[in-house]
Amino acid sequence: MTATVVHAPGFQRSLGTMVSVRSVSKVYPGGVEALNEISLDFPKGQLTTLLGPSGCGKTTLLKIIAGLLPATSGEVMVDGMRVEGPGPERAFVFQDFALLPWATVLRNVAFGLELRGVPVAERESIAEHYIGQVGLKGFEKHYPHALSGGMRQRVGLARALAVKAEVVLMDEPFSAVDEQTRRKFQEDMLELIKNEQKTFIFVTHSIEEAVYVSNRIILLSRRPSRVMRIIEPDMPRGITPDQIRRHPAYLDAVEMIWQALKQYLD
Amino acid sequence: MEVFGRKIPMSASLIVWAVLWEIVGQLDLVSLIPPLSNVVMRLAEIVPTETFIDALALTARSFAAGTGIAILAGVPIGVLMGRSEIADRLLLPWVNVFVSAPLTALVPIIMALFGFGETTIILTVVLFALWIIILDARAGTRSISNSLVEMAQSYGASYWQAFSKVYVWAALPEILAGIRLGMVRAIKGVIIGQLIVSVVGFGYLFEIYQSNFLMEHLWALLLVLFALAFLIDGVFGYMEKRVEYYAASR
Amino acid sequence: MISVPTSSRASAARTNPLRRVMTHTITFRILSVITVLGAWEYAGRRPISASFPSFSETFAAGWEMAADGSLSAALMITIVPLVIGITMSAIAGVAAGIYMGLDRRAEWVGVPVFIVMQAAPLAALIPLLVLAYGVGLATKVTVVCIMAVPAIVLNSFKAIRHAPVSLVEMGESFLGSREQVIGKIILPAASPVIFAGLRLGLASGFIGVILAELLISPTGIGDLITYHQSIAEYPKMFAAIAVVILLSVLFMEALERIEITLFRPEKRAQ
Repeated sequence: MTATVVHAPGFQRSLGTMVSVRSVSKVYPGGVEALNEISLDFPKGQLTTLLGPSGCGKTTLLKIIAGLLPATSGEVMVDGMRVEGPGPERAFVFQDFALLPWATVLRNVAFGLELRGVPVAERESIAEHYIGQVGLKGFEKHYPHALSGGMRQRVGLARALAVKAEVVLMDEPFSAVDEQTRRKFQEDMLELIKNEQKTFIFVTHSIEEAVYVSNRIILLSRRPSRVMRIIEPDMPRGITPDQIRRHPAYLDAVEMIWQALKQYLD
Repeated sequence: MEVFGRKIPMSASLIVWAVLWEIVGQLDLVSLIPPLSNVVMRLAEIVPTETFIDALALTARSFAAGTGIAILAGVPIGVLMGRSEIADRLLLPWVNVFVSAPLTALVPIIMALFGFGETTIILTVVLFALWIIILDARAGTRSISNSLVEMAQSYGASYWQAFSKVYVWAALPEILAGIRLGMVRAIKGVIIGQLIVSVVGFGYLFEIYQSNFLMEHLWALLLVLFALAFLIDGVFGYMEKRVEYYAASR
Repeated sequence: MISVPTSSRASAARTNPLRRVMTHTITFRILSVITVLGAWEYAGRRPISASFPSFSETFAAGWEMAADGSLSAALMITIVPLVIGITMSAIAGVAAGIYMGLDRRAEWVGVPVFIVMQAAPLAALIPLLVLAYGVGLATKVTVVCIMAVPAIVLNSFKAIRHAPVSLVEMGESFLGSREQVIGKIILPAASPVIFAGLRLGLASGFIGVILAELLISPTGIGDLITYHQSIAEYPKMFAAIAVVILLSVLFMEALERIEITLFRPEKRAQ
């Protein structure tokens, strides 16, 4: 059995850091304090999950890393460069997909490249590759409204992968996808991630999902958010998805996180 | 409505009304209303005449120019108001006033400034069509989901790219609805302008028919105008339907 | 844009009184009015046209007309047919719209006619009405009604037809009678759209009454406009027009007050 490693909040990994958050605070106009002096490192090539009670500011932190929101204080470094706004090395996957309803799957997946001025033929061949990767081959000419929620999010994922960003930021990507589709999608995503040497930052409110997909889980406290605990589930990766879901390490990690988060429920 | 289990389309009720019109006209109940058949015959008589064709051409030209200007000005202003809080606060009170103001009262000002010609008619059309186009483009832009805006930002869209590739398209259902409503208002505007100026286009014909008590001529002219208005409304309604499917999924 | 070394920026926005005044809605409204009136004054003084008076000239002319009583006399003549016509259209139009919304047969017979009427340039009927009824209060009231009714009817109809299904089902599941469901659920749910129709109707009625006065009867505000136009007394003409626009704003405001007081307790609570 593999042990689940728990680190104190101050734990920092010095080597191979891709994204570094340094004492970031966020106060919304009107005085709502979302984040309080958060410092975190996200290791290269790993999937790190931000997990916490609802409304705890996980999405706020993700959007600050994406450069979509300014932090009130502190800074974010991506690959040694200070974040001043959205950049080509980061790609975002949206909770509600954010697909263009008037564009086909092909154009949606290629949209990030289109904005960068990549010629049509080139961007479409890249897009076709990733459409195949996420399992949507044959749907290139379909419009989003003809796809199910799960398929729409696969389009969103393909779009994020197509721009060849080194960091993929995912904001509750499965929350608008129904439960059964979600499981299959999670398994497919793990496969994809293995092949893509990218850094993934993942926001979710599902404990099971976090343990299942992550290398590291960052537990955030209630607003104003602080880092409560960092957990590395360290699941054996050679086994099948069904075995993982029954593995003691998986069940222990889920239980431990649940005990930690339970205190925030009234 | 269903009769003997068969569905009869709503527009069929217009036939019932037409028959009623004919009966009222034949019975000579109201001096205002001649029989429909007489009106239709008169219609066939005046439509090919040169005065009618000229008036129609002039009206169509003023209408097209006026709506064109209103769309080209209204859509960008509306999108700007939808995206910029400052522009919105500065302009919205005025747009709200003019969208429901009795614009007929402003036509004399246009006449005083631009005379009794086509320019006045075109400007009247702009005046009638502009405000609803602005309001609907604004509403459409404001209804764009925040994540679509963030998507454009996070994939590095420039301001112009975000505007031309995302905002205008995402707001398209409302923009088209605004253009359709603007066109309906523009038809009213072109007729009202011509009635007030009364020396050009259909306004001139109305003047002649009215002063000579040619009731059937007047109704024939009205039928043409109503049909044209209905046609334009219908064509745009159809275009709106075609983009409606994505209004919900933004 | 993650910079901002000082953590006090957000709190500064909250406490700085100057900033608070500058971003307030009223400030923008005043700024907006001043900008437009300033532009008007500037355009009038240049002047862009001999027939374009400045704001101050127009205001002075309006003051003069208000002082000698000609303005209020004209206003009364315009407002009376407008109020009569709108009241009649509102009562008949809302009733007809509700009826068509509840009864499929009435819908089949009535709705297409009003759809045609709403799209049509009904102003073209005015010459006909003058021929038939001459020039007088009855003609003006008819004009107002013809212009106002289609929007009122169609909005009332749509409001009833699009009443939220889940609320209606809720009422039925708690054993509400048909009358109760209509009176306690459908009508209250429909009232915002019905009032939107009344606003549209009022606007069209206003367009109609002014048009009637400009075209057919040299009375009321329309007469003030055409008379001063004909003798090139432009400040007075502009003042009369400005008063008409102002009047329409006041009418809209009054209608909204009525709506909130009578039908929208949730808005009143705010």
